Formats: sequence, structure tokens, C-alpha cells
Amino acid sequence: MSGKMIGVDVGGTFTDIFVLDESDGSARVGKVPTSRPDQSSGFLQGITEAVADIGGVGVVVHGTTAGTNALLERKGARTGVICTEGLRDVLEMRRRDRPRTWGLRGNFEPVVDRRDRLEVPERTLADGTIRTPVDLDAVRAAARQLQDRGCVAVAVLFANAYANPANEAAAVAALREIWPNEHVSASSEILPEIREYERFSTTALNAYLQPEVSGYLGRLGDALDKAGFGGEFMIVQSNGGVMDVDTACRFPIRTALSGPAAGVIAAGYIARSAGFDNVITGDMGGTSFDVSLIAEGRSMLAPQTSIDFGMVVRTPMIEITTIGAGGGSIAWVDRGGLLNIGPESAGSDPGPVAYGLGNDRPTVTDANVVLGRIDPENPIGGKLSRLDVEAAARAIDAHVGQPLGLDTLAAAEAILRVANSRMAGALRLVSIERGFDPKKFAFMPFGGGGALHAGAMLAEVGIARAIVPRYPGVTSALGCVIADMRQDFVQTINAMLDGLDTGALGAVMQDHHDRGMAMLEAAGTRFEAREARFELDMAYVGQTHTVPVPIPVAVAEGKVHPPTQDEIGAAFDAVYRDTFGRLLPGGVRRILNLRSAVTGLRPKFDLATLAPTATDPARPKSTRKVHFGTGWQDTAIFDRLSLPVGTLISGPAILEQPDTTVLIEPGLVGRVDHLGNVILETGPEAGR
Amino acid sequence: MSEIDPITLSVLAGRMEQIADEMDATLFRAAFNPIIAEAHDASHGLYHAETGDTLVQGKSGLPIFVGVMSFAVKAVIEKTTKDGDLADGDIFIFNDAHIGGTHLSDMRLVRPYFREGKLFCWLASVGHWHDVGGAVPGNYNPAATEVFQEAFVLPPVRLARAGVVNQDIIDILLRNTRLPQSAQGDLNGQLGALDLGARRMDELLDEYGADTVQAALVALGTRAELLMRSELAAIPDGRWEAEDFLDNDGIADTPLPIKVALSVTGDRMHLDFTGSAPKCAGPVNIALPTTIATVYVAIKHIFPLLPANAGVMRPIDVTVPQGSILSAEFPAPTGGYTETILRMIDVVFCAFAQAVPDRVVANAYGTINALSIAGRRSNGKPWVMFSFYGGGHGGSPEGDGLNHGNAPISTATIPPLEILEAAYPVMFRQWALRRDSAGAGRHRGGLGAVYEIEVLEENGAEGFLFGERGRFAPKGVAGGQEGALNVFSYQQDTEWPHPPLVSKMRGIRLKQGEAVRLETPGGGGYGPPSERDPAAVALDVARDYLSAAEADRLYGSTWREATR
Repeated sequence: MSGKMIGVDVGGTFTDIFVLDESDGSARVGKVPTSRPDQSSGFLQGITEAVADIGGVGVVVHGTTAGTNALLERKGARTGVICTEGLRDVLEMRRRDRPRTWGLRGNFEPVVDRRDRLEVPERTLADGTIRTPVDLDAVRAAARQLQDRGCVAVAVLFANAYANPANEAAAVAALREIWPNEHVSASSEILPEIREYERFSTTALNAYLQPEVSGYLGRLGDALDKAGFGGEFMIVQSNGGVMDVDTACRFPIRTALSGPAAGVIAAGYIARSAGFDNVITGDMGGTSFDVSLIAEGRSMLAPQTSIDFGMVVRTPMIEITTIGAGGGSIAWVDRGGLLNIGPESAGSDPGPVAYGLGNDRPTVTDANVVLGRIDPENPIGGKLSRLDVEAAARAIDAHVGQPLGLDTLAAAEAILRVANSRMAGALRLVSIERGFDPKKFAFMPFGGGGALHAGAMLAEVGIARAIVPRYPGVTSALGCVIADMRQDFVQTINAMLDGLDTGALGAVMQDHHDRGMAMLEAAGTRFEAREARFELDMAYVGQTHTVPVPIPVAVAEGKVHPPTQDEIGAAFDAVYRDTFGRLLPGGVRRILNLRSAVTGLRPKFDLATLAPTATDPARPKSTRKVHFGTGWQDTAIFDRLSLPVGTLISGPAILEQPDTTVLIEPGLVGRVDHLGNVILETGPEAGR
Repeated sequence: MSEIDPITLSVLAGRMEQIADEMDATLFRAAFNPIIAEAHDASHGLYHAETGDTLVQGKSGLPIFVGVMSFAVKAVIEKTTKDGDLADGDIFIFNDAHIGGTHLSDMRLVRPYFREGKLFCWLASVGHWHDVGGAVPGNYNPAATEVFQEAFVLPPVRLARAGVVNQDIIDILLRNTRLPQSAQGDLNGQLGALDLGARRMDELLDEYGADTVQAALVALGTRAELLMRSELAAIPDGRWEAEDFLDNDGIADTPLPIKVALSVTGDRMHLDFTGSAPKCAGPVNIALPTTIATVYVAIKHIFPLLPANAGVMRPIDVTVPQGSILSAEFPAPTGGYTETILRMIDVVFCAFAQAVPDRVVANAYGTINALSIAGRRSNGKPWVMFSFYGGGHGGSPEGDGLNHGNAPISTATIPPLEILEAAYPVMFRQWALRRDSAGAGRHRGGLGAVYEIEVLEENGAEGFLFGERGRFAPKGVAGGQEGALNVFSYQQDTEWPHPPLVSKMRGIRLKQGEAVRLETPGGGGYGPPSERDPAAVALDVARDYLSAAEADRLYGSTWREATR
């Protein structure tokens, strides 16, 4: 199959489109305003503006924040829960945590109201024994009661359903006969893994999202169909892989971090194409700085995250570490005389003081404006016509300069220094603290402000270079196009390695393999290769912390050959020694969970098709004064997109493009590589 | 010593906090036992070279350790000053609670950090080991009358001399625990954390120079003191008292008063615990270091932005009479220290609530409820299920208290019931919020919990409980009312008796199919119940947080008209 592939990323302000023509490898980008409240019209407008004939489009891949936003804004559907007798409050009791360590304030409202959580007689024990068969009449009565109460989605949450799903399956079968729609989620289908709170929370949030997300995706699908689209419509998951739209409608919780995951996937691909397998991405938004690490071309995956206090989602997702240091983060001096950045933020509305929309406390962006790093006459994003430099300066004076005895410029530099050190801390956290040497990594900023701070990351963390992609604003849309198709499975095994029934383990592996491959088969897209990977969560008995142990498993002609006990033991020992330095002599080894990932590798395209075609030597379009350290320097301003391949620009310089400002600090050199990326490195050894 | 500019100070403060955080993370990852690995019952920090005062401490460790670690360092300073033989590469280890605070389960490692042949600061690591000998597995022995019945006692000794580890010490340790593998794993983790801290300090000092970092450490202390003084200056001068009681000491059934008088004068404060019970026979005594550390925890909950730095304590005087339950001397048992310090925090909150009611939350559930169920499986293998249980938080000026939270001295999470059921022959019949347990108020307390646990093992089992708040309920503040009492009962055929000492009992015999039932307190309320929005009362009734009869009794009947 060949045709056009389209990636669509719907953001808060813009909908980004990335079009790849598989027949000739050419690519195009587009941008339209995001439509509200129904994003599907903007979505379709973006596509039709980018391609003349939608009938020639083979695949549309969407990175969506619909699920994330519904969770954050608590705008999911009214959801009911049917659960084991005695356990209706698990969702509300969490793991007995609290929102903040200090202060003992703060409360929690679960997404399912206590009145909508009903108990039925049933009980399975930890070894899978059914102690009390499920009372199906009670299930039906509960279902009616929930419908009467206005619930449109329902989650079935039974204790120990990971060990034996029979009771849950019977309840769900009865329920699906009478529930008026598709929105029935069962914990053993969503996450057959031990730990009831994490499983129940993930399942309940899945149910909570289902009407919203499947409705949204349905509207998009209809709009595409009406416009004449006959190809495959797919959705990016939090794990960085894509799934077909039907799977997304059944498992919407897997889209919780869809948008950011697509961005990280693209960043990894851009970096690898530029020759760097190790990269740390940094997405600087209004309120936060999101960092993710890719080592040897592979993203780190986290097993779970908390969308908000008490809203635990346990599905594999690209690990993104967030700190509260964005452009809108507020700078303030505490009563002890220490300068702090955040966590309070002016966000993008009212935003920095310079926006003139009502905030009068200085932000990181205000410091960048006052120091001339951002052009006040041409703010990026296109919402404002100019920025108020004087107001930003006054705010910095009043809130930082005077309390610290600094003049305006020194105070602005101080804000940047502390903000940079906070951001550098996040980079250290994901690299040094996890055993990675930052010298071997490149830093890739995206988001509007990241490329202003790239030089500081080099200086503070010892990272060798930064890569600013040619189109930082459409990174997520590009990620949609290159992401592989991927399906993750988990099953709690809970058995000692000695005496393990490897046949039974092999059967579960085979089942995961077959279900994953069937999903790839059903997809209308082309794969270059298919692979199944298996991992066991293992530990010594007595330890609750497991280590993920990749298991080499041979698959021949669709048949999984399960590993032997010795092979598993050797793999565990190797990983354990690597992680903790030494083994525990005589320790009894235990397998907690099997995790399987089935991936269909999608064809990649050559980023060179996006490379600059300009050949005229670079010439600054203007100069302006920018403050560095202790003084103003005349700084050349270039139009970034018209720089030809091979251009070398020594700092100080600023490269401008519609959605990003790249700062080349004194002592740094920027080089346009063969793909149009700007590589920032320190002076002497750079670029030659 | 050089002066330091405020910007470098800000940067260095963040860097050093990150070092301590990274030491925490290193141990959480490497620790063998779940009390450290999952409940984060551990802590790390940097301490002053001469005084041992806290300079920087990790943010993710247990709150109570923030104040207490410096006493461990002070003890080592005292020892090495006397002996005069401190060397680079030395590492000290001990668990003696009368010297280092808290209880004997907490193993402390202290290591000098040298720079160019000179002592620059101390690094320390503390972690709760799973078992340190004594009469009861897990070391919560409600009947202990001396530390010797609680655990082995290790005074500060050298685990390593000039970089060479003394295996003899490790051999002694491992021979005195029921879980030697776990102990070895935790010890390795703590050593790894200290190594990492030293490496990171090397890098920091290489980058900024010893003088600058030293100047930053001094400045951080000054800043902490300034912050504390400015908070105190905003409180009106005056004297306020508060008193509460422990149920008993587990030996004699006599209530034990915990009393405080808070005086604020200008930007100084005095906390006087005179009038608290004298040293008791059972394990609810605490040593003086624990008392001082607890004051810090209480203050930081009221003023959350205070840093973990000893400068905070400079404007604070603390009086504890000799021979008090709050200054118990060796060998008084201290295993149940958690209950006493929770009560201290409660009375400090109640005193502050009179001074600055808009800064303080009502009392939380106030007991750790250490419950263990143990026995032998049919194959003869012993099992011990040991856990702490949650309860309600106090109502606050901003809103209702949190349902089912963790204790103010801890950030530990509770294990999932499925993990417990998979590991031990038990089944939770109930794991639920407890109706009518919240203290009434404008903002009510959070709800406590009900846990009912059935024994599935055919050999039966034995239960041990170490709790509190069975006779004296968590208090409300600013006119708010009390939460419900802690109620423990255990099944004997069809009967459900309560322990004679209400909240403490050992040796409860349970047959297969019998259960224990723990109903934990809710938090106290904030503000008068008459000021609660009737719609909020109606919602609580609709959600069955509150029975209609209790709603009428506590709030009157106006809620019945409120539509929700």
C-alpha cells in the first residue's frame, strides 16, 4: 500500500498537520487554529487544506489530548462501579497517601461518587479459588440502579480478578446483555495485574473516559468518512505506539499521555537521523518543563503515573518527568531572602506581565523579554501584537530587584539563572541519577521557549550539544506518522522460579502474542517487521520491589517457545547484579508479572525531504541588543528557515521562526545540519 | 569565610537538596525490605561539621527524621571528639534510640565527609530495618518494659575504619535479626547512598569551591532562622495551653497526659511540656532527641515552607522536665514512640489553634495502629503480616479533612490488600470508609476506615495490636468537634470482645474463619458545626458518610431542607 500518511496533533491553540507522501517521500506541514468545543472541524479543515484529495490518504494518525483534558478537567462521563462486597471504597481510600507531605491540607474526590459504587456478593481468593460465586441477579439489579441514577458507563471491579477472572467475566457478560451501550469496563480486561487500587483506578478512569473519547473519535471518523477518506484511522497511545481506533474506543485510558508521547517519539527519530542515539527532550510550556530521556534510540517507559492526586493510571507510558518551571512560572523572593521560581504560574492566561493581560508578578518569560532575548514586536504564537517590556521590567524590579538589592537587569539575569538551574536539575534527575552520563546525550528543546534555554543546559549539565529540530512546533504531528503500532499486555503470574510451570507461562505468552499479532493483522497498514518482546517483573521473596527482566524468547512460525527455568534465572541474575551490584546468595527468586509487547514496525521516511533548499549564504535580517551576563551585546537576528545547510553562526545570535526563538549564546556556535536541524555546541570544537 | 550572593545561594540550595533527594532515591531503589522500599521509612542529609546540625535533608524521606537525624550525627561527633581518632573513610552505625531518637528499628549510618584532609560536613542515612531481634517479630512489642525486650541495642560503633569495612560488625548484626538477608540488603543500600552522597559532594565542591559551598551552608541556616522569626513575629504575643492523653502504656491501664504550654514573645517561641506524664513502664516513652524532632515536625506542618535546616530551631526554646515520658532515659522502652509523638503534634496544633486559628488544621486520627497477625502454615513455615492502618485527617480552614490518610509523621502508603492476601493466609472481608467517624465542624474531619481481616489458615493465628485513641478521640479546633474513637475487636466464635487495654493487646488467639476488626478514628472538625453548609451535610448523608440520626444530632435538622 502506498499513499499519503497524515499525522494530526490537536493542541490547545493550534492543530498541527504533518503530511508524508509515501510514493515519493515528500513531506509537508500545516497548521490551523484548533476548533472548539468540537475539535473535529478544525481537524478536518487542517487535513483538507494540506491535501487536495483525501481519497488518496492511506493512514491518518492522531495524537490526542482529549483523554488527558477530560481527566484533568474532570469532564468524563457519569460512571458507576460494581464491586466486591466490602470493598466499595477502595477507589476513594487510595493507598492511604496525601496530596502534600507538609501541611496536612487538601482533599480528594474520586471520579465515581460513593452513591454510584455498588457492592455485589462475590469473592475470589488470592490463589484464584472462588470462595463466593458472583450473584448475577445482584449484578443486574445494580446495573439497573446505576442506570436509574444516570450512569452512562460502568466498571466492574472484583478483588483478585487478576488471579481468576471467572467471577468478573460472568458479571460482565450479564452486564453487557443489559447495559444500553458499549461502555462496560472490567478490571481483568483492562489490567490483569495484582494491586487492586491501581487496577481499579485504571479501570474506573477507563470507563470514565470511554463515552467522551469514543464519542470524539467517532465524530472524527464520521467526518473523515464523509470527506471521502477510505484508509486507516489510528491513535497514538501513551506508550508511544499507535493502535487502531476501535481499540482506542475500548481502552481510552491508553491515550492518557498520547500527545506528549508522540512528541518524544519524533524527537528520538529526529535525533537518530541527525546521528545521535542518546537524547534528552525538554518541552517548555507555560507552566512546566517536561523532560524525557531516550537511550540508544529507546524511550524509557514508566509503568504508571498519577494524572492528579489519587488518579492513578497504570498502563505502560513514555516516562516524562515534569517540574514546575515554564515560561509562566512566577519568580518571588521568600521572607528568608531566597529567590524562588514557581511552582505558582501565570500560565498562558493571564500569562507573563509582558502580555498585559492582568498579571503583575514577574515570570521567566518576562526576564527573557527584558533581556532582549524575545522580540517584543513579534511575539511567537501570533495571539498578541506586541509585548510590554516596561511593565515586565517594573514587575521584576518590584518583586525581585528591590528585595535582593539588584538592578533590573541583574534581577532578570538572576531569574534566568535560578530557572536554568531548576531545569538543569530535571535533566540531571533523568540522566545522572539514573546512571546515564549526560556528556553522551544531546538535548532537544521543543515547545515555544525551550530553545532560549538550551545553551544554559549545555553549561550547567555538561551536555555536549543541543539539537533544535527544523520544525519544533510540529514535532508531535511528525511523531504520529513515524510511531510504530504497538500492543502491550500484562498478566500477574505470582510464582516461584523454582518449580515454575513454564508450559503455563508459555501459554500466556502465546495468548499475548496471538492477540497482538491479530491486532496487527487487522490493521490496514504496512509493516516492515513484526516483533514480540517479553519481560518478567521479578524479585527475591520478601522484596516487593521488582526489577523488569527482559526474557529472550524464540518465536518460530507463530509459535512461542517458552524459556526454561535456567534461562529465566540467568536473565534475572544478570539484571539484578546490574541494578544492585550483587546477588543475594540463597535468595528465593519469584516472578510477579509477565509483560508482553507486540510491535509492528512502520516504515520510516527520510527527514532529508524536509531539509532546507536555500543556497544563498546566511545574512542577518537585523540586529538588536541582547543582555548577556553583565552587558548588552549587538546580536545578529537571522530568519531560521532560510538558512542553508552547512551554515555556521557564532553567538551571540538569535534565529527566529514563526513558532520558536533559538538563542545562540556567546561562546556557542550554531550549525545547520544536512536535515535542517540547528546543532548548538560550544565554540572551539564545534562544526569543523 | 566569603560572602555569598543570593543567586548562587539559590542555585546551591537546589543542588544540595537534590543530592539529599538522590541519596533517598538510591536507598529506596536498593533497599530489600518494603518498609523502606515502598513506605519510604528512611532519610538522608548533610550535617554541620562541628555541631551536627541539619543543613540539608532529602524531601522524600519520612517527616519525623527531618529533625531527628542531627542527634545521630551529634552522638558520633561526641564519640569521635572524645576518642580523637576520626579518619576519612570512617563509617559509624547504631540504632540506640536513647542517643539517636525514634526507635531501635531505625538503623543509622553516619559518615564524615572530608575535603582536602579537613572535615567538611557529615553525611547520614537512616532506614527502618524489618527486624532487629527482640521478643516480637517486627519489634512492636506492646509489653516491653525495657529496650532489651524490643531489640538488640547497638551504640555508635565503627562499621568502617578509614575506608575498610569491619565484617565483624556485620556478622554480629546479621546474627541478631530474624531476617538477615533483608538486613544485609538494606545495609548495602544505605552504604550505597552514603557513597553516592560523597561523590556528589566532590563534584559540587569541584565546581563551586569549598569556600562558596561553606558560605552557602552558613547562609541557609541564617535564612531558615529568618523565615522562622518572621512567621513567629506575625503571631500575637501570648501563652496558650493544650492537653491530651494517651490511653495507657500497654502495661497499666492509666491515662498518660501530654501537655504543652506555648508562649510567643516577639519573634521567639517557647514550648513547655511540663505537666506531661512521668516516664512509664511500657514502650510509649520517647527519648529527648525524638521530642525535639517532633517539635520540628509539628512546626513544619503549620508553616510548610520552612526548610529542613536547624536554623529553624534557633528562635525556639523547648522545655522538657527530667524523668518525663518525653525524655525517657536508657533502658526505658521506646518501641511505640509513634503514638507519643503523634499526641505531641496534636497538642501543639491545639495550642497554635488558639493563637492563630487560620493557620492550623484539626487533629488527625492520631494512631499508627500497628497490627500484626502471625502463625504457622500447615507445612510448618512461620508467617507474619505486619502493617500500619490509616484514618481521617483533620478539617482545615480551607476544607474538609482527607478521608483515609497517612499519619502526619509519615508519608508511608498502605500495601494493597491483594498483595497481603497473596502473601499471607488472610482475607479482607471489609476495607472501607467508616461511617459517622468524622469530627463535626464547619469543615468536618476526614473519615476513618474499617478493616475486617479473616484468618484462612487452618492452624489459626495470633494477633498483636499496638494502637491508641481508644479512650481519647482526635480533637477539633476553632470550635470543631472530636472524631470517633479507635475501636478494635476480635472474633471468638460468635462473640466480638474488645481488648482490656482498648488499643493494645498481644497474643489474641484466632481460629480459622475468625477475624479481627479495626475501626480507625476520623479527623477532628474545624470550626463550629453550626457553620457547616446544610447542603454539605445533606451530601454527607446521601453518600452515607454520615447517618441521618447523627446528622440531626451534630448539625440540627436544617440539612433536611437542603437539596443536593
